[in-house]
Amino acid sequence: MAASSVLVLVEHAAGTLNKATADLLTAARGLGEPIAVLLDTPDADEALIAELGKLGVDAVLRLRHPRVAKYVATPAAKALAHLVAQRQPAAVLVAATADGKEIAGRLAVLTESGLLTDVTDLNSEGAAVQEIFAGSTIVRSHVTVGTPIYAVRTGAISPDAITPQPTTPTVEEFTVDFSTDGVSHTLEDAQILEEVVEPKGSRPDLADAAVVVAGGRGVGSAAGFELLEQFADALGGAVGASRAATDGGLYPHQFQVGQTGKTVSPQLYIACGISGAIQHRAGMQTAHTIVVINSDPNSPIFEIADFGIVGDLHTVIPQALVALRERAGH
Amino acid sequence: MSGPLNVVVLVKQVPDSGAPRSLSATDATVDRESGDLVVNEMDEYAIEEALRLTKDRGGQVTLLTMGPVQAAQSIRKALQMGADAAVHITDEALHGSCAVKTSLVLAAALRTLEWDLVICGAESTDGQLAVLPAMLSQRLGIPALTGARKLAIDDSVDGAAETASAGCVGRIERQTETGYQLVQAELPAIVSVWDTINEPRYPTFRDIMAAKSKPISTLCLADLGIASSDVGAAGATSRVDEAVPRPPRQAGVIVEGDERAGTKLVEFLATRRLV
Repeated sequence: MAASSVLVLVEHAAGTLNKATADLLTAARGLGEPIAVLLDTPDADEALIAELGKLGVDAVLRLRHPRVAKYVATPAAKALAHLVAQRQPAAVLVAATADGKEIAGRLAVLTESGLLTDVTDLNSEGAAVQEIFAGSTIVRSHVTVGTPIYAVRTGAISPDAITPQPTTPTVEEFTVDFSTDGVSHTLEDAQILEEVVEPKGSRPDLADAAVVVAGGRGVGSAAGFELLEQFADALGGAVGASRAATDGGLYPHQFQVGQTGKTVSPQLYIACGISGAIQHRAGMQTAHTIVVINSDPNSPIFEIADFGIVGDLHTVIPQALVALRERAGH
Repeated sequence: MSGPLNVVVLVKQVPDSGAPRSLSATDATVDRESGDLVVNEMDEYAIEEALRLTKDRGGQVTLLTMGPVQAAQSIRKALQMGADAAVHITDEALHGSCAVKTSLVLAAALRTLEWDLVICGAESTDGQLAVLPAMLSQRLGIPALTGARKLAIDDSVDGAAETASAGCVGRIERQTETGYQLVQAELPAIVSVWDTINEPRYPTFRDIMAAKSKPISTLCLADLGIASSDVGAAGATSRVDEAVPRPPRQAGVIVEGDERAGTKLVEFLATRRLV
C-alpha cells in the first residue's frame, strides 16, 4: 500500500510555530506522509510556511479565515472535518493542549471517529501509548472506528533520529463553508472577546522548563518560596508548587504541579518540602532526575528520588547556593 | 428582572485518585471494585457554581450521571451539596463505553431534560480526556464555554424574557497557559470549570438529611432510544490492547543528618551534568 497521508494541525501563536509542531510532525512521520494543516487569519504572512519548510514539511494545506481567531475550537474542528471527508487521511494529529483536545473531541463527533488523548508515543500501526492514573499505568490502545484522531502530549515524543531535510513546501489553499456543516449552522461557536496574558516574570515556562524547583507545605511560608525562587534562578529553572502549597496560599495557583495542575517532564525536578501524594507525583514522575529535600524521612516522595536529602531545606538550599556560586567562580 | 436558571450538572463516580488505581484485568475498563469510589473532584466545583448561579435568580439544579448501579451512592453524596434532584443513566450495556459513545448517551439524556445551562468539571480524575464538553456541544448544537475559572451570566439582550435562555449570555475567563481568554456565548450552553472557580461548600447536617429524600430518577438505553450494540465495549471507537504498571524507578541515594548535604547535592548535579 502506498504511504498514506496524515493530517497535522499546526500549532502556532503570534506568527511563530510552537515547539509542539515539530513533535507532531515526528509522530506523524511514523504513520505516513505528514500534511501540515495551517489555519490562520487572512492577513497572515508567509513566515510560517518557511518555518514549516525548516521542519521538513513537503505539503501545507492552508485556510485563511477571520473565524479562525474568533471562536474557540469550532473553526479548526470544522476545517479538519472538511479535510478528512475530502482527503481520507490515515489519521489526524493535534497537540494535547486544552484547545487541541477540544478540537479532537469535536472532530471525533463530526467524523464519527475514535480518538485517543494525551498520547506519548505512536507506532507505525497506529497503536498509541498513554500514561493513565497519575502515570502509574501505561496503556497501549488503538482506534477501531473511523479516521483515528490522536491528541499528542507534546514534549513526550522522542525527536527524529535523523534531522529532516529543509524543504520548500507546496502550499494549497482551501476554504470551508462554515454555515452548512450539517450539524446546526454555527450554534456551537463560543466567541473569544479578549486574550489576556498575565505577567509571569523572567523565569522559563513551567511546562517546558529543563529545571523545576518545586515547593510544598514544608516550605512553610510565602517567604520560604523566595528561597526556592533564588535556587531556581541559580539553576535557570522554573518554580512549581504542590497543591498543598497553592491551596495554602504559599504560591500562586498557576504554578501548581500535579493531577489538577500542570504535568512537567524536566531534566531535573527538585521537590522541596513536598510529601509526594499520588496526585503530585502524577505531574512530575516522568522527570529525568528527581531530587528530594524533606525533613520527614517517611515522606513517600523519597521512593522516587534519585538523590534525597533528609534535612531542613532552609539550611540545605543556602548551602547549595554557595556551592553553585563557587562552581561558577572556577 | 432576570428569569430563573435551570442547570444540569454532569457528575461522574470515579475511583479515589488518592489511592492506587488500576484497569480491570478482564476487560481493561476502570477497576471499580478494588478502591473507594468518590464523586469526581472537579464536579464538586461544577455543583457549587450551579448553586451559586441559582441562589439569586432561582431555578432547578439537577445532577446527571451515567454509571453502574453503585454510582447511586455517589449521586446521593453529591445531592448533599444542595442540588434539587438527580437523573441516573444506568444500563449494563453501557459498561466499557468510550468517550465518543458516552457523549452520545449524555446528549440523548440531556434532550429529555429542561435546562438553560449544563455545567461539568473540566476533566475527570480517572479518564482525564477533557473532551466531553466539546463533544456535547457538537452533538447538541450549543456553544461550549470550556475551562472556566470565572463564570457570569448576563441578561444583556432581553431582560424581560420568560426563561433565562432567551437572550442570555454566558461569559467566562477561560484558563490558558499564559493567562486567560474572555469568551462568551449565548445560552443554552455547556460550561466546564476548573477548581480555580470557587470553593465548594461542605454540606451541613441539615443538607445531609435533606438529600436522603431527594428524587433520583433512572434512565436506561431503551428510554433514550439507543441500541445496546451502539455503546459499551461493543460500540466503542477505540480499544485497549495492553495495560501494564509503570516500571518502578531505581532506588537513589539518600543523605540523612549530613551537614554537607547542600554541597553534596551540587556535587551530585555535577556528576549528572545538570549544573
